Amino acid sequence: MIGLEHYLILSAILFCIGLFGALAKANAIIVLMSIEIMLQGVNIALVAFSRFVAGGVVGQTFALFVMTVAAAEVAVGLAMIIAIYRFKETVDVGKIDEMKG
Amino acid sequence: MAAEIAFWVFAVVSVASALSVVLLRNVFRSALLLVLAFFAVAGVFITLGADFLAAVQVLIYVGAIGVLLLLGIMLTREVHRGSPASRWPIPALIGALALLGAMVWMIAKTAWPKISPPTPEPTTAALAQRLFNLDTGFVLPFEIASILLLAAIIGAIVLVRER
Repeated sequence: MIGLEHYLILSAILFCIGLFGALAKANAIIVLMSIEIMLQGVNIALVAFSRFVAGGVVGQTFALFVMTVAAAEVAVGLAMIIAIYRFKETVDVGKIDEMKG
Repeated sequence: MAAEIAFWVFAVVSVASALSVVLLRNVFRSALLLVLAFFAVAGVFITLGADFLAAVQVLIYVGAIGVLLLLGIMLTREVHRGSPASRWPIPALIGALALLGAMVWMIAKTAWPKISPPTPEPTTAALAQRLFNLDTGFVLPFEIASILLLAAIIGAIVLVRER
């Protein structure tokens, strides 16, 4: 029987894959994609809690808001990456260090 | 039984494609596999009885975010450089694995106050009721989300405008 724990562990695995990608990759677009994977994990956990613990659809409502914010984040993030690419000709996060003290 | 098979198929596909997103050298293939992962997560939502959320997932993530990321990859012309590792991949791996271990341990140890899951039924009307009910709904967060999206669109245009 598939229960709450299965979904939570799936969500934890996705979150940690995304965390690893966000920390271990140098390409800023891959970092953005990894953050999306993390948000997918969070959404699965929210929907699973809404089905197995809370009942009703409040968790799904939160997941909808997460999706909205993720869409806004990708739009602004990609715009920033493209602006930085024009300025520095690279999207390597290790080489973008203008704000280093 | 069918629901269990569906869960395992979608879970394995989503985890495998997410892993290949972070492990492959080819940026373009990573983006396409990310789209596959989004599809698989939509399937997981369906096994959870969240039909509206699955549809929105396909529309927003596969339709909009996937295409946007592919466009970003093409615009930055970094495909030929592949997807190199950052300065500290090993500490990142150790940190992610440690967090995964801690979370799995906690999930297994906690006694969740479970209810018996209701039979899945269409959630669109229930979600609309939850979002737009004037007394108990999420009307103000909904409006704030609209303003956030508007601000994001304007911000993106301002950021990439030629000066």
